[in-house]
Amino acid sequence: MLTEPTRPTEAERAPAVVVSQPYWRVRLSLAWRGLRRTWALFRQNSVGMIGLGIILLFLLGAIAHPILMATVWDPAVYHPVHGYDAVVIEKEVVEEVTDELTQIEVNEARLRTDPFVQVGDTLRMPQQPAPPSLRGEHPHLLGTDPQGRDILSQLLYSIRAAFILGALAAVMSVVVATTVGSVAAYFGGRTDSVLMRFSDLILLLPILPVLIVIGAYFQMNMPILAVTIGLFEGFGATAIVLKSQALQVSVKPFIDAARVAGGGHAHIIFRHLVPNVMPLSLLYMMFGVAGAIALESVLSFLGLLDIEMSWGVMLNVAQRQGYLLSGTRYWWLLFPAGLAVTFLAFAFFLVGRGMDEVINPRLRSR
Amino acid sequence: MAGVFFVFLTLLFTLLHAMPGDITNNLIGNPNIPASAREQLRQELGLDLPLWQQYLRYITNFFRGNLGMSFSRAPNSVASILADAIPRTVFLIASATILAYWLGFKTGKIVAWRRGSRSEHVLVTAGVFFQTVFYPWFAIVMLWLFGLILGWFPLGRFITSSLWNATPFTPREMFTWMILSAVAALAVYAAATMVIRRITRRPTTRATAQRVAGGAVVAVLVAAWWASPARVYAADIVHHTILPVITLAIVNYAAVMLLTRSSMLETMKEDYILTARAKGLDEKTIRDRHAARNALLPVTTSMVLALATVVGGAIVTETIFSWPGVGLLILDGITMNDTPLVMGGLAIIGVLALIGHLVADVLYAVLDPRIRLA
Repeated sequence: MLTEPTRPTEAERAPAVVVSQPYWRVRLSLAWRGLRRTWALFRQNSVGMIGLGIILLFLLGAIAHPILMATVWDPAVYHPVHGYDAVVIEKEVVEEVTDELTQIEVNEARLRTDPFVQVGDTLRMPQQPAPPSLRGEHPHLLGTDPQGRDILSQLLYSIRAAFILGALAAVMSVVVATTVGSVAAYFGGRTDSVLMRFSDLILLLPILPVLIVIGAYFQMNMPILAVTIGLFEGFGATAIVLKSQALQVSVKPFIDAARVAGGGHAHIIFRHLVPNVMPLSLLYMMFGVAGAIALESVLSFLGLLDIEMSWGVMLNVAQRQGYLLSGTRYWWLLFPAGLAVTFLAFAFFLVGRGMDEVINPRLRSR
Repeated sequence: MAGVFFVFLTLLFTLLHAMPGDITNNLIGNPNIPASAREQLRQELGLDLPLWQQYLRYITNFFRGNLGMSFSRAPNSVASILADAIPRTVFLIASATILAYWLGFKTGKIVAWRRGSRSEHVLVTAGVFFQTVFYPWFAIVMLWLFGLILGWFPLGRFITSSLWNATPFTPREMFTWMILSAVAALAVYAAATMVIRRITRRPTTRATAQRVAGGAVVAVLVAAWWASPARVYAADIVHHTILPVITLAIVNYAAVMLLTRSSMLETMKEDYILTARAKGLDEKTIRDRHAARNALLPVTTSMVLALATVVGGAIVTETIFSWPGVGLLILDGITMNDTPLVMGGLAIIGVLALIGHLVADVLYAVLDPRIRLA
């Protein structure tokens, strides 16, 4: 006679894992622990830390600008776009000019000021661009540009826009690329080939000429540019790289397990695939920030953007006013802006390399 | 590939027609041109046709080599203007790329092998700096330093116009001959390499023989130009060429060097390197014949991705150095509102990028047998 199967009593049952906390707190603490572990690894990486240090310095500058404008700097003089300061410099009247900044040719002096000026006189004359000085009522630490605006103020003011542009473009590109890559890798087949052919097409288009032409025919401002760059990078190279990473993840057993457990496509992609592609995505985000800032600067250097002030615009002003090859004589027109773009891109690149070594253990020296 | 290019052309066409109004809008401001004349112009230009017919015309004309007339350089067709500019841009891109990849790979593998040394740190820092340097600014500094301060190279442009006033040659013919001779020399060198490979199997002998062959080819090439009557003009072009090529190459070199280094670092941890060590091979053989060969693959793949950067860099180079190539034409066209020139130039850039992709793909298949079998 068949005995009725007895249900296990409460005591016989395997002890269930008791989760006393709500799930979101468990997830949060896990994420926090992962973050701290990553940070510990990243901190050992001197290259990445140097990059982070430079980025923090730039951030400080970005914060300092509005504070300085509100306290010490008179907006009428120091405003990066509309400010003006008529700097007056003492110039010696000479026959032959050897130094444009401190000397003036006698005939030119007669034309511009007093017709009875003699060689050897000293004249007080307005000078634009003015060299860096600490003296005077309005000191200009990095001098002024050809339109009498403070270079340091422009330099600091441009940081914020550069950060916003870089971050917006990079986030945009990574969100698009991660989604496209994961979807292509997960579904495969026709979806994959359509998306990847599209990536090939984007890859075929050299981004700078395309942006030049778009910039020539349409008014492009910062947000539109950021979104354009983001979409371009996101559907192009980054999507291909992230797809190959997602492909490696998508054949792992836990994806099959999730499918067997009844997970839907969206659930598997966004809960299981994307988190495992994420580290690489973040890495490409760092490189994306550097790329976007460089692109913006090139375009505004060529004068194709509808932007009032950025590092590229500063160089564009110097170029339009004919100081392009002035080199070290008017160094404050060329070097601060050029080096600012370079160092910010440099910093993001270093952070990216640091993260690369955290993500990819084979690159570590130990 | 061909399909991709088709889509590219369609995109160009769409971009052109996404603008409000058409080209005859430029005449609105002129009171001497009546509306009927504008309408007539629209008909002559085919702008009154439905969009799909215009599109069909555009595509068929493009493949017939008819890129329209330039507005700013009126009697010339876009195709004839571009025919002058294309070899210059191709030369700029190709020579900078070849220089960058050749030197970058050579130094990259050595840098990786010397991991942890002082020279590695210096080279890597310099490499990262040059890879992320703000390129237009860097080009300006190079032009200022070598053109103005040191005076080694001319301040931009392609030729010294005064020199070419009384010559039977045009710069275009001259440049074509120069490129052809260089390509011929390369072909001879490649043939010599193959012959050497047949004759001897010892790596050191091979290397020496190849170096001798390379030196001989370069010597013959230079001697031939030296003896020719066009010596001065060829030298003039070369003199103008060096600085832009070097400037573009340095930035690409840094990227290739860093990539080779990280690719080498990955390869160096493979088991077959350990095997090679255990066999007792010398370090140089392990580095060059075991590690570097495999490290070359990701570097070649990067060529495809780097192509867009090189093309963009070439455009900036052309602007700074007033190098009359396709990029400068596009920018000039933009300032002059010369739409056919801009569109033609951009299409040519697309064709160049397409050819570049093809070359990189073929190279990859040559290097990696697994691709060929698949």
